[in-house]
Amino acid sequence: MLKGRLGNLAYQLGALLLSFGVVSLILLAVGASPMEAFRNMFNGSFGSMRKFAEVLVAFVPLLLVTAGLLVTFAAGLWNIGVEGQVVLGAIATTWVYRFFLDSSLPPALVILLAILGGMLGGALWAALAGLLKVFGGVNEIFGGLGLNFVATALTIYLIFGPWKRPGVASMSGTVPFPDEFSLPLLTDLRISPWALALALMGIVFVYFLLQGTYFGLRLKAVGKNFRAAYLLGIPTWQYSMYSFLICGALAGAAGAIQVAAVYHRLIPSISSGYGYLGLMVAMLINYQAVWAVPVALFFAALNIGSIQLPILMKLDSSLAGVLQGVLVLFVLLGEGVRQKFGGRANS
Amino acid sequence: MRKTLLQVALLLVVLSLALSACQPAVTQAPAPTAAPTEEPFTFGMLLVGPYNDNGWSQAHYEAGLYVEEKLGAKMIYLDKVNPADRQGTTPDQLAEELVAQGAKLIIFNSDDMKDASTAFAKKHPDIKVIMASGDQVWKDGKAYEEIPNLTNIMGRMEYGKMIAGCAAALTTKTGQIGYLGPLINDETRRLASSAYLGAKHCWEKAGNDPAKLQFKVTWIGFWFHIPGVTTDPVQVSNDFYTTGYDVVISGIDNPVNLTEAQKQTAEGKPSYGIAYDYVAACDAAPDVCLGVPYFNWGPDYAKAVKSAMDGTWQSQFVWSGPDWSDINSRDTSMVGFVKGKALSAEASTALDAFIAELAGGLNLWTGPLNLQDGTPYLADGEVATDQQVWYLPQLLEGMEGLSASE
Repeated sequence: MLKGRLGNLAYQLGALLLSFGVVSLILLAVGASPMEAFRNMFNGSFGSMRKFAEVLVAFVPLLLVTAGLLVTFAAGLWNIGVEGQVVLGAIATTWVYRFFLDSSLPPALVILLAILGGMLGGALWAALAGLLKVFGGVNEIFGGLGLNFVATALTIYLIFGPWKRPGVASMSGTVPFPDEFSLPLLTDLRISPWALALALMGIVFVYFLLQGTYFGLRLKAVGKNFRAAYLLGIPTWQYSMYSFLICGALAGAAGAIQVAAVYHRLIPSISSGYGYLGLMVAMLINYQAVWAVPVALFFAALNIGSIQLPILMKLDSSLAGVLQGVLVLFVLLGEGVRQKFGGRANS
Repeated sequence: MRKTLLQVALLLVVLSLALSACQPAVTQAPAPTAAPTEEPFTFGMLLVGPYNDNGWSQAHYEAGLYVEEKLGAKMIYLDKVNPADRQGTTPDQLAEELVAQGAKLIIFNSDDMKDASTAFAKKHPDIKVIMASGDQVWKDGKAYEEIPNLTNIMGRMEYGKMIAGCAAALTTKTGQIGYLGPLINDETRRLASSAYLGAKHCWEKAGNDPAKLQFKVTWIGFWFHIPGVTTDPVQVSNDFYTTGYDVVISGIDNPVNLTEAQKQTAEGKPSYGIAYDYVAACDAAPDVCLGVPYFNWGPDYAKAVKSAMDGTWQSQFVWSGPDWSDINSRDTSMVGFVKGKALSAEASTALDAFIAELAGGLNLWTGPLNLQDGTPYLADGEVATDQQVWYLPQLLEGMEGLSASE
């Protein structure tokens, strides 16, 4: 068991090294120094308290999305629709804020309602993908992808239509909400400790749900073998729906944080691609909750650190995305190689 | 097999440990580079599009080079500052990255960054801020706020657009002029309307039937194309050219209408385009380009940066027009117009006459003018104030296209 886990880790570290190697080659090909690029990215994400706080700003939604995806993956579902669930969370949060804009309720209560609203919005959108899967026979990958497009279209419609700025039709987004509707941020930093706490609570919740509960056990049974679980008397389609709802609520919370603590309004790209990035994180950690925090932090650091590349080295920031993509590819490849060769050796 | 596998795994672990052992040395490296002998004044620039977009952002970028050259200052910049390209970031956050690299003054180059520039300026009173195209510190404006470290700079592009509209009217055979609009706001309404006023003036002056002029605006939703989010400007240009609009004036950040005009012309259908923003924008397709009204941000940026350098900075609203003695002067004229190769000699002469009229004081923002829905805007002989022009609430009567979002 220990040997297996050590081998596993070694494979993943090997994949990490290989990915850095590939990106180094790309950098050398364009005449840039790989060491300088990695150093700038490292300093750009951990070089100061302010920079680390920016990393955390990206880490919070990414971790929430990853936590949610661990639940759907456990149930054997590819919830590509998570991106749209983040968007719907943001839309629902914006809706709640707008509803209470002129009310006399204490702002703290409005923020709480807005975040709960976001979770509900995300959960309902996920339920839609779930219903399509369970009752419509639509594969959740295709259903989710379709719903992602609908979610984007809905955002654009709202920004251009009912929620537009007076006299303006622009993708710039809705009018920013007043300061008191913002989740409280740390002084001089942009990170909200409340958001961070919510994200950590989310991953801890998922960890215990999957490792320590009867619910989690049955969910994994459904994920491992749907038919066998059904024959054993587990209400399988209900468990699929539960997993969609939980994932949607967590993704919705990510969208809510994007509105309540980062952008303070609705913008077209409010989900910032965290849904898709979360899928990569979940695959990279082989669906194990314990690794979610360090790997999500690593990905967030790459995103923030890569901002330095165009400023200091005139390189494109998308290098971070290349590194992330290559890394996931190598890890999956390593997994495949191990199953093919490692498995044969063991038997 | 299993043994070799384990060996490979161990080797990788050792390698990775070796890599992490390198880390401390790596983090110490930047220290020596951080102490140059005499530091030049550093200013930062946030560009909404790519620095080489052949339009709005490139005009700003080259103004930054101009400031470097004139004042010996140093520019650091970050381009593609928009939520589609830099997901999960905000302009004020990115401005702080430039400050961390030593910038003492930050230029926000897009109306999309207006709220962020206000937030940033208030949070960093020691850093000077230039917000291009905004009106936050215009005392006579509708959105005035006292922000001592912020200055607004904009060019009176109304003139450039009038010249563009005139060139279009002098060239069109069908009497149909298309305007490729970005998003809808005060600025874009007044600029599209200026193009219309110039077109109308030159169309009628050339003895054409006023009723035969069609001027249509189609908005794409942002300053440039964002796939899946905005309407495709190439498609919009194509729709114009294939439905009888033989001249399309660009109001967006890059001249995609030109390449489309070139395509149409190659297929045997003479089509023309007018670019925008950047002095050399016609180069994208010179044979179909009638000209380009452009911004020359350099002189005003140099003034503002210099005042920050020598301590005479004052928060102000700058709305500079062309230098009529030479609208293409690099050192004095904020707004210019470069004629394109496709402009006929005859049209060129007429256009020069129009520019001379403008220089002589002709003001097309004079009544009687109605808004698009027929509401009186300016009475007969009434000249629009700066506020009336800046905050134009609708397109003008006679123009087709949306005045506001549906």
